[in-house]
Amino acid sequence: MHTIIRKCCRWMSWMLLLCGVGSAFASKYNMPVGVTPISREIYTLHMTIFWIVVAIGILVFGVLIYALINHRKSQGHVAAKFHSSLKVELIWTIIPFLILIAMAIPATRVLMLMEDDSDADLNIKITGYQWKWKYDYLDENISFFSNLATTQDQIQGKAPKGENYLLEVDKPIVVPTHKKIRFLVTANDVIHSWWVPELGVKRDAIPGFIHEAWAKIEKPGTYRGQCAELCGVGHGFMPIVVVALDEPDYKKWVAEQKGVALKQANALEENKPLTKAELMEAGQKVYGATCTVCHQATGMGMPPAFPALKGSKIVTGDVAKQLSIVLHGVKGTAMQAFGEQLTDKDIAAVVTYQRNSWGNDDQAKFGKAAGGLVQPSEVAAARKASSN
Amino acid sequence: MTSHTKGSYYLPPPSKWPLVGSAGIFCLLFGLANWLHGNHFGTVLFGIGAMLIIYMIFGWFGTVIRENEAGLLNNEQVEKSYRWGMIWFIFSEVMFFSTFFGTLFYIRVYSVPWLGGEGIGDLTHVLLWPNFVAKWPLLATPNPNEFTAPHSVMNTWGVPALNTLILLTSGVTITIAHWGLLKKKRTQLAIAQLATILLGISFLIMQGVEYGEAYMEKGLRLDAGAYGNTFFMLTGFHGLHVTLGTIMLIVIFGRILKGHFTPAHHFAFEAVAWYWHFVDVVWLFLFIFVYWI
Amino acid sequence: MTPTRVSKHHDDDHDHGAHQEPGFLGFVKRWVFTTNHKDIGTLYLTIAMVNFLLAGAMALLIRSELFLPGHRLIAPDFFNTMTTMHGLIMVFGVVMPVFVGLANWQIPMMLGAPDMALPRLNNWSFWLLPFAFTILLSTFFISGSAPNYGWTFYAPLSTKYGPPSTDFMIFAIHIMGMSSILGSINIIATILNMRAPGMKLMQMPMFVWTWLITAFLLLAIMPVLAGTVTMMLTDRHFGTSFFDAAGGGDPILFQHLFWFFGHPEVYVLILPAFGVISEILPTFSRKKLFGYHFMVYATAAIAFLSYIVWVHHMFTAGVPIQAALIFMYSTMLIAVPTGIKIFNWVATIFKGSITFETPMLFAIAFLFMFTLGGFSGLMLAIVPADYQYQDTYFVVAHFHYVLVPGAIFSAIAAVYYWIPKWTGHMYNETLGKLHFWLSTISLNITFFPMHFLGLAGMPRRIPDYALQFTDFNQIATVGAFIFGFSHLIFLYNIIQTVRGKGKKATKRVWEGAHGFEWTLPSPPPYHSFLTPPVFVEEASSHEAWDVSDHHEK
Ligand code: HEA
Ligand code: HEA
Ligand code: HEC
Ligand code: CUA
Ligand SMILES: [Cu+2]
Repeated sequence: MHTIIRKCCRWMSWMLLLCGVGSAFASKYNMPVGVTPISREIYTLHMTIFWIVVAIGILVFGVLIYALINHRKSQGHVAAKFHSSLKVELIWTIIPFLILIAMAIPATRVLMLMEDDSDADLNIKITGYQWKWKYDYLDENISFFSNLATTQDQIQGKAPKGENYLLEVDKPIVVPTHKKIRFLVTANDVIHSWWVPELGVKRDAIPGFIHEAWAKIEKPGTYRGQCAELCGVGHGFMPIVVVALDEPDYKKWVAEQKGVALKQANALEENKPLTKAELMEAGQKVYGATCTVCHQATGMGMPPAFPALKGSKIVTGDVAKQLSIVLHGVKGTAMQAFGEQLTDKDIAAVVTYQRNSWGNDDQAKFGKAAGGLVQPSEVAAARKASSN
Repeated sequence: MTSHTKGSYYLPPPSKWPLVGSAGIFCLLFGLANWLHGNHFGTVLFGIGAMLIIYMIFGWFGTVIRENEAGLLNNEQVEKSYRWGMIWFIFSEVMFFSTFFGTLFYIRVYSVPWLGGEGIGDLTHVLLWPNFVAKWPLLATPNPNEFTAPHSVMNTWGVPALNTLILLTSGVTITIAHWGLLKKKRTQLAIAQLATILLGISFLIMQGVEYGEAYMEKGLRLDAGAYGNTFFMLTGFHGLHVTLGTIMLIVIFGRILKGHFTPAHHFAFEAVAWYWHFVDVVWLFLFIFVYWI
Repeated sequence: MTPTRVSKHHDDDHDHGAHQEPGFLGFVKRWVFTTNHKDIGTLYLTIAMVNFLLAGAMALLIRSELFLPGHRLIAPDFFNTMTTMHGLIMVFGVVMPVFVGLANWQIPMMLGAPDMALPRLNNWSFWLLPFAFTILLSTFFISGSAPNYGWTFYAPLSTKYGPPSTDFMIFAIHIMGMSSILGSINIIATILNMRAPGMKLMQMPMFVWTWLITAFLLLAIMPVLAGTVTMMLTDRHFGTSFFDAAGGGDPILFQHLFWFFGHPEVYVLILPAFGVISEILPTFSRKKLFGYHFMVYATAAIAFLSYIVWVHHMFTAGVPIQAALIFMYSTMLIAVPTGIKIFNWVATIFKGSITFETPMLFAIAFLFMFTLGGFSGLMLAIVPADYQYQDTYFVVAHFHYVLVPGAIFSAIAAVYYWIPKWTGHMYNETLGKLHFWLSTISLNITFFPMHFLGLAGMPRRIPDYALQFTDFNQIATVGAFIFGFSHLIFLYNIIQTVRGKGKKATKRVWEGAHGFEWTLPSPPPYHSFLTPPVFVEEASSHEAWDVSDHHEK
């Protein structure tokens, strides 16, 4: 009995040594160790299972190769006659079974740890949209969208690709270190999956349901991830960037956000009229960041899934109709309610931009309603009107 | 042509019926898909497909019946192949229905309670569907603006109970017919078979009445949320199978009148009887899980 | 496989061949109306090959787009349709038909039967397929886009947000399902009813056994898939909300239903492959299959377990922890019967008298690389670790290792193994070996780096990726092109063999081959055994495994 235990101990220390060797591997070849207790547990589990199967593989392949080399007909080997043995069958049924139990125990333990999401310090609701993420800090009243920041020029190969190509966003989710953060993950349209490898968190975002995950980040830093469930054309283009700050920095960030929100609210009150040039410039930015994934920079869309805005009846027609679509979306289609995501100024700008681009302002062709400016105050009014 | 009489197992000659059947199904479904997208030739194609399938059924079964009457199939092994074929076909049908029963159970036991805040659904309820109350039958959906639930559901002990009685009785009558066949009592066979058919038809009529009531009076519709979905999916596919079964019973009845079938050799009759019993058993489950509890 | 001694008086009559009227019409009529298991087998094998080139070409497009980051060749939406169609066609149009084709050719011969039990139904099962694929491929011409939501077509991406072509895919799947159901019924009836007198179930060749079990799997899962896509259809067009929480349904319900089908489906793809390997290894080791009984039990155990593991595809979707645990354990358990198979194969080779003809080479490659794929499968089964692997290229690497050197290699091995029997001519061994080495090496170049990609965090189903993934993607793409090219050699080789270019094959073809099919001439008569041969088992199962021709005894 003692010898077995001793053997086990020796075996375990070998395992640990091998794990060490494994983590020395560049992360290019292997799973990141990560910065949370869970991600490290997962990593160790992964390496343990990996080395177990490597050991089994060496054994099985070793015997196989031995036979292939030594039992060839060309070597004059004559076939033996045996073809069954209850004893060996039982052995190779029971031993793998025991190995599996040995694997299942740590796996179960880690899973239990992961599922324990009680006593969270912070709750963040994460909503997947086609193709961006929305973060609601439930305890802080902070709420914002996070879009891909890589430019279309980089994607189309017209500009050199940056270091964080496809892994950068306009507004990252910011969280404190050493706090238990609970993520409440859901989706607005189709299934997405919120995945940040270094946090050891992957949770599918299911529309209509909330599923939980949590993380306790131990090191400040920037951690990048991607949507991990096919969610349509933009699936490869909805990255996640988590910025973990130490408590004081995080507090500062929260205060700032509240300030921003306040400023926006004030701006709403004093929506100054803007010039066409201002609107067009701002509009192009918003359009590029928000609308091009579907309607394309050329305004041609990808019919019939995504209609062309160039020459569209709605974009060249009554402003109110267009505003309503942009504000409230079209139910059951990918066209979302951008009213929730953009400020009045942004919406005014992007609507103006659409109305005056791609020849949409050609009144000779489309009639009197084509072109024209939309001011933030009009958007605010449209919002008010529809909320009543 | 190349049908071999030398071996004892009957090998049919090349046949056009499978191709007709494949083409029929192709036209039917390709037509239906186009129809759903408002292409008018879709309806035409659908019609052609339906006719091809009817043509195939008559042709194929006609061929088999002729071969049978010519004694070509009068071989224990061939008959056993047909038997295995029918049994496993029915098994696949059982699995088809299991899908919808599984769906019903999942919705009743998991998704609806979760939406109502039970188990892992607490936050789903609080954050997304705070007004939803989980109750089965579902008389209010999580989002009433999108899916309008029925205001009431079928009364178990009305039409459904009657229909249960009808189908159970028809299971008895078809067995009486079988006895008649075995004991060479042709009149008993014919009358009991006819009774089975009439019971099948009255089941269908009753179900039609029930559907009318559901749609007109109770707001219980296919699109009335999860309750309506599962209700109509299950009863609808069952009704379709009863219809098919009734048609098969009628064909067998015709053959009975023509004097087909002997006590030793009447696989077609048996196959239809099995099918009928299968439809019967499915109904019992339906009655219990859809109407009763 | 159990040794057989065939009675002398089997059908020596000359073959009448297929009845074919002259001219093109005669040719068409022969193949379209045929009720012959060999003709139908050939049709299945042909459609599988055509589809393989098609879906393989799609894979090459995928790989080309992924050669470098950035949008270069195809638009993201088209990329998604390529991924979807590649997966769908490989699964439904290549691996399933190829094994049904092999079953059609071999099962009647192996059982000593004249044909399949229900020959007309057999024709129907096949001829449904071209129609189904016509509908599936027609989606490329439907405005909007072809199916673009992955071969798993999860709701609501495929329901509320699916392109119009989705309905066409749904109906194509209905028809494929019908085909599989009818085919399985036929195979079951044949196996249960058409065995030569004296052959008991536990004396059937392993290939027949694996197909019997596979047919039961199919029969149980294809109707579920049919029901599931029907619910998709009603969700799309008739206002139901099976997969929509707003009406009381659940998108995850779709996943449960899909994977209740989908997981057993992957064993549908691999069990017949196991059967093929169990035929080939003994032949070229000149030694009886080790542990026949356990091989049968293990196959049955795998099939049984495959029904209760489906949630392992959904660990990150938010199932209750109890469910995750139970399904993790049941999934891990599959390693036991699969291990039994691997070990028995190794024991079969062990102390054999091994030669390395092309079929054997592919079978050995199967042993190594399927096991590798199985190991990564086992890693995926570990729930916490799967949180990191799920929907990454690690999964892509896993399933290509079990499917390509697993299912595809065993099908290739089977073709090399039996084509001399089918055509009466040997294939070109040199080309066969070239095909083997080229494909085995390039396959590893293609799929091995995907493990690294996945672990380092590259999600699957993306048309464009972050810069750090570039080099492994390039390696994989180069490998894929070599791998694709190697199959053109295969294609050439079989066409030449079919055209009668190789040397004449003997009855037994391989020195170590055993079973009824090798007692027939090569090529075999049109109706395999018109008079059933008599099956006599060796007096003692421990008796010598005699490689001389039993027939002459
Ligand atoms: C032929 C097809 C095939 C086969 C045979 C398998 C076999 C297995 N698969 Fe795989 N799998 C797929 C095809 C297949 N799979 C496909 C297509 C997908 C992706 C679907 C999609 O999402 O698109 C998938 C995905 C998939 C997942 C989901 C991953 C994810 O999405 O996150 C999982 C998780 O558990 C899994 C597990 C397994 C296991 C445990 C086996 C086991 O059967 C393997 C057993 C074999 C061995 C273990 C090796 C031999 C055994 C020994 C030598 C004995 C001793 C060994 C030990 C004791 C360890 N598979
Ligand atoms: C049996 C199943 C099977 C087989 C054999 C293959 C074979 C291959 N697969 Fe595939 N694959 C799947 C099943 C299979 N795959 C599935 C189920 C998916 C998941 C889909 C999803 O996510 O929904 C997938 C996904 C998948 C992806 C991931 C796509 C993504 O996530 O976006 C990739 C990427 O590299 C890939 C590559 C390949 C390659 C290079 C081959 C090669 O082995 C192919 C080699 C063959 C050829 C290249 C053909 C040879 C022909 C020529 C060279 C000539 C061309 C000639 C003419 C057209 C006349 N496959
Ligand atoms: C996720 C994809 C997506 C994004 C991003 C998107 N749209 Fe749309 N848009 C659609 C779809 C789909 C429709 C068609 C809706 C329908 O079927 O009526 C649409 C329709 C429209 C229309 C009506 C056009 C017509 O002719 O019917 C306008 C205007 C419009 N979008 C503006 C915008 C603006 C402005 C933005 C960015 C702020 C934007 N869209 C971003 C998908 C998108
Ligand atoms: Cu969102 Cu993929
Ligand atoms: Cu699986």
